[in-house]
Amino acid sequence: MLRFIIRRIIVIVPMLFIVISLTWALVRLAPGTFYSGEKKLAPGVEKNLREKYGLDQPWYVQYGKVLRNIARFDFGNSLKYEGQSVNQILLRGLPVSAALGLSAYLLALLVGLTTGTLSALKQNSWIDYASMSLSMLGISVPNFILGPLLVLLFSLTLFWFPPALWDGFPSRSLVLPAITLSAIYIAYIARLTRSGMLEVMRSDYIRTARAKGLSETQVVIRHALRGGLLPVVSFSGPALAFLITGTVVVEKVFALPGLGNYFINACFNRDEPLIIGIVAFISIAVLVFNLLVDIAYGFIDPRIRYT
Amino acid sequence: MNDEKSSNREQDEQRVSVPETVAEAPLIQTPPEFAFADEEARGVISGEIIAGTSLWRDARRRLFKNKLAVFGIFVVIIVALASLVGPTLIKSSTGYSYDFIPRDASLTKSFAPFHGPDARFSWTHPMGTDNAGRDIMARVLSGGQISLMVALISTLVSLLIGVSYGAVAGYIGGRLDDLMMRVVDVLYSLPYVIIIIVLLALIPAKTPTGQLAELFFALGAVSWLTMARIVRGQIMSLKNQDFVLAARATGVSTPKIIFRHLVPNALGPVIVYATLTVPTVMLSEAFLSFLGLGVRPPRVSWGSLAAEGAQNLAVYPWQMIFPAATMALMLFSLNFVGDGLRDALDPQMRKQ
Repeated sequence: MLRFIIRRIIVIVPMLFIVISLTWALVRLAPGTFYSGEKKLAPGVEKNLREKYGLDQPWYVQYGKVLRNIARFDFGNSLKYEGQSVNQILLRGLPVSAALGLSAYLLALLVGLTTGTLSALKQNSWIDYASMSLSMLGISVPNFILGPLLVLLFSLTLFWFPPALWDGFPSRSLVLPAITLSAIYIAYIARLTRSGMLEVMRSDYIRTARAKGLSETQVVIRHALRGGLLPVVSFSGPALAFLITGTVVVEKVFALPGLGNYFINACFNRDEPLIIGIVAFISIAVLVFNLLVDIAYGFIDPRIRYT
Repeated sequence: MNDEKSSNREQDEQRVSVPETVAEAPLIQTPPEFAFADEEARGVISGEIIAGTSLWRDARRRLFKNKLAVFGIFVVIIVALASLVGPTLIKSSTGYSYDFIPRDASLTKSFAPFHGPDARFSWTHPMGTDNAGRDIMARVLSGGQISLMVALISTLVSLLIGVSYGAVAGYIGGRLDDLMMRVVDVLYSLPYVIIIIVLLALIPAKTPTGQLAELFFALGAVSWLTMARIVRGQIMSLKNQDFVLAARATGVSTPKIIFRHLVPNALGPVIVYATLTVPTVMLSEAFLSFLGLGVRPPRVSWGSLAAEGAQNLAVYPWQMIFPAATMALMLFSLNFVGDGLRDALDPQMRKQ
């Protein structure tokens, strides 16, 4: 187990290196520079700018500098938000995105697990059909459509929630974004739970549990859920990656000052340090989270042995 | 090592909701009892029909028994046909096309049926017009052309990469297989959407066609991973069969064995997964277009139309609702078709 963890941590480093190099190469291969705009700069000004940002040096020197700085978790200063370091921006955007992502994921777990288990236990009942049709709808309606629709209904017609506002973690302003973001996970988790539970309920150890005289509730809660939840646990890894792309859209729809919003703006502004900073941060988060999920999987499912 | 990998594979098939039985069971080897249980196949025994395709016929029968899947196929065909011929029809009958701005158009002339300050319904614009006076129905149908094209071609790209990669890894096996699958594992855990956003935002292609090509490539290049795993699993379970041995004994070359003998036998799961890839890719395209990175004006896709409509949501909600509803209906139906195909092609499902 320990060897497995160490090996996975070692793999993270080169992967991070690949992602950062790829991003850096893309930023550099793109035509133009961050200072090129409508107006042509005077040659002297341009020369000074290039010197200031080290663009006059050969590419491998610049690349080396980027890597060195990242190894020290120092991504430099943003080009667009002058006078602010990328780290400051990350620290400002992260709580917003984390609060949104976490509340959406918890909501998805709560609703998805409940409906999935119910539909599995009452297979082919109206509960089953209703929740499976709803979850198909959840998969088919993209969040950038669901978000505006919810705004139209709850903000512009019923005036229950603000259409776009951020005031901290537990607040009314979080309700609509969290629902928008969680819809597709509710759908996925409900479907995964249903199929997982259906498979488990037919297995031999459930028959054993019933045979030894446990009540049906006991069988479901103590034995079936544990096996039926495995697909949901393994979905949590990819879910984080999905969640991040989801937050990009949801933050844009609801104008929340999170990482996703900063990221999109940084891409359009060619804000190189900010792009690389956010990509590096997201990649670390995804890689570490995937590792944690794999480790957790080993604890929940005793059939899996890491060597 | 092995356990870890198999858990990963399982995880990933769960994610796309293709049960692992699809990847493991060699579909073409239909056990005889399945064939005999089938009414149509009984005809074969009595000597009326001579056919070696009982699996496919069987699957088709099961697919058509699934009401949701039939509904899905029906809707997909209708929407696809409407997108294909609709813009031409509208143009020839009313003169409107997706980028046609009427000469007398002014910003105040834009209207949406049923709703908004300027609500009125007219048969020339059943879905209303947008802010520039363009006919929304023509735009939705033209957008459908682009969305469907992006989805189909990207799926094809991912199919080509995924099937070749998975087939080679599965057939050759050993060290190469280990390495190739390790690469897939690594690619899996990359936040590739983030990289696509960087790519499309920073290096936009110059021509509209080049831009579409960039989109096909970007979307296809990231959606082949699961396909590669599914195909590899299939090939691994097929490659020790006698017909492969026979082919090898008669001196058939390795590439030919892989692509002429093995891949056709793994077609069932490939078709199922490809069908399920289409809505996923369509969704990704819409997502990118919504962010302003996908299809750009003057071309339209469902995603870009929805994004445009979302900006006028408070006043003209129908500008978003029509493209959004069309897209959601298409995704809904495609998912039903994919699920139906999976149930029809997977013999394991029949026991349930």
